[in-house]
Amino acid sequence: MKYAFYPGCVSRGACPELYAATIEVCLKLGIELDAESMAGASCTGSGVLQEKNQRLGDTLNARNFALAERSGLPLMTICSTCQGVMSQANKRLLDDEDYLAEINVDLAEEGLEYKGTADPKHLLWVLIEEVGIDTLKSMVVRPLEGFRVAPFYGCYIVRPSAALGFDEHPERQDSLEQVIEAVGAEVVDFPGKTLCCGFPIMTINEANSNKMVANHTLDAKGLGAAAMVTPCPLCHLSLDGRQPDAAAARKTSIDLPILHLPQLIGLALGIDPKAMRLNKHIVSTKLLLSELALAP
Amino acid sequence: MEVKLSVKRLNPDTDRPVAFYQEYQFELDESATVLDGLIKVREEIDGTLALRCSCRSAICGSCAMRINGRAALACKTKIVDATPANGAPILVEPAGNAEVIKDLVVDFQPFWDKVRAVKPWLQPEGPEPEREYVVSNESMLHLAGVMSCIMCGACVSDCTVLEVDENFLGPAALAKAYRFAADPRDDADASRLGALNEYGGMWDCTRCMQCVEVCPKDVDPMSRIMALRDKAMEAGYTKTYGARHAEAFAGSVKRTGRIDELRLPIWTFGIFNIKELLKLVPVGIRAQLAGKRPPLFHKKNPGQSNIRRIFERFDKKR
Repeated sequence: MKYAFYPGCVSRGACPELYAATIEVCLKLGIELDAESMAGASCTGSGVLQEKNQRLGDTLNARNFALAERSGLPLMTICSTCQGVMSQANKRLLDDEDYLAEINVDLAEEGLEYKGTADPKHLLWVLIEEVGIDTLKSMVVRPLEGFRVAPFYGCYIVRPSAALGFDEHPERQDSLEQVIEAVGAEVVDFPGKTLCCGFPIMTINEANSNKMVANHTLDAKGLGAAAMVTPCPLCHLSLDGRQPDAAAARKTSIDLPILHLPQLIGLALGIDPKAMRLNKHIVSTKLLLSELALAP
Repeated sequence: MEVKLSVKRLNPDTDRPVAFYQEYQFELDESATVLDGLIKVREEIDGTLALRCSCRSAICGSCAMRINGRAALACKTKIVDATPANGAPILVEPAGNAEVIKDLVVDFQPFWDKVRAVKPWLQPEGPEPEREYVVSNESMLHLAGVMSCIMCGACVSDCTVLEVDENFLGPAALAKAYRFAADPRDDADASRLGALNEYGGMWDCTRCMQCVEVCPKDVDPMSRIMALRDKAMEAGYTKTYGARHAEAFAGSVKRTGRIDELRLPIWTFGIFNIKELLKLVPVGIRAQLAGKRPPLFHKKNPGQSNIRRIFERFDKKR
């Protein structure tokens, strides 16, 4: 299993722990990551660029897809937002031949052409569809028994469903729950799991953003979750990074550790928490790890 | 077929109104919709159940409610499709983000107030034309998508911003605002966009796509909000944090191929905006202490000249 690896901006910026955990976990699972072929790729636009100019966003994504095609490898990302934006762009490009042809004119100047074969997949989907839940289960060396985890999908990996291949892959809809159970932990289901984390309006409307963080973390905690897991680094920046502010605004304490998807898997695969930078979170994971008898 | 509904009920005309779920079980034809089921309950099983409905064919927009936790028109949702695989009852609840009047009936006044607030009528300027204004097919087709809104409020029910802030205009009203702002016969762009640029307007949307997903008429309200943002920025409303963020974001990708997380908030707020920048200091210190500060400088992207070329091409096209 080898992938053209598109890590996105945030795992190489404000969430280096996601990048580190991904490398460790993929090594264990036998997923080979080729970062070189995507080194010249750009940001997907994250939905923000698309506000100004959707076609510009689609051109940049077509260029990224063309780079992956050139490597001959399937494309994998570890960011839900990248996944959503890429899936939406891909749908527009594949639904309209003339549009794709026009965009390819822009790419031709650097000798690239998007032929329409890219099928970008988040690590979460790769786990379910390529690695397989049973294989993942068989590789667990330290089942996380008694660990109550709330899944947090966020938006871009569940909506719009028409662009995310849910008809073809219905298993994607409860993929996080499947992974939580595969590593021996217990799912804490809660209604906010597919709602907005607050990140996109963090600088625009901080009060609303903080309310979203407080609602989700307190709901999950109220239902007995010891931690939350997310496949999206932007959700992590909000739910982890802004949790102290959200708690202060609500005049309460929250202290709910937020794990990146590969960090949760890594704990069950016996990877050193420090190697996955679990000690580099805003909300400390120390108490959680000691309860799991996994010293940081 | 056997039908099981679990309906959330609330009667405020009691001493202590408490919501509860009531189960109904009955037989109905395979072709039946959730609305058919609810009407059967009201007519034959329990006359105290309150709900709104009229056309039964997804035109009037009266019967939006939450079905299995998601906003939908009861008349457009077939019981066969909504019945959970495990045989559990279909969960039927009133629309969200609204006061419940009774059972499945919610107060729509705030919805209408917000639609009215965007002045949903044409405001032409200048002397009265001598003959009728002929609009091109192309621009009407573009608007037809928004015009198919039936004001059912499904998008408002599941909007994640309204859940935390009732002052947000919401997807339905903002989509309606776009319908008029983008109409070639309308000349009130400046006042419309100016008003929508304020708190509670177009920039408060989180782009969560709930409205896109639940709209029964494919109005795609979120894309209309994005189009409003583009229109506002084009019209020179570039001072909001939202507009500045979009501008700074594009600049960052153009220059470096990626998001420059360290500088983006500084550009968004402006380097002389001491009040906002001071607020960033504790966040920055916290990230620094946790070992999560983004790098000061990133490795140069080998595709940078081509990324910039694509940006410049679009700058020229504008």
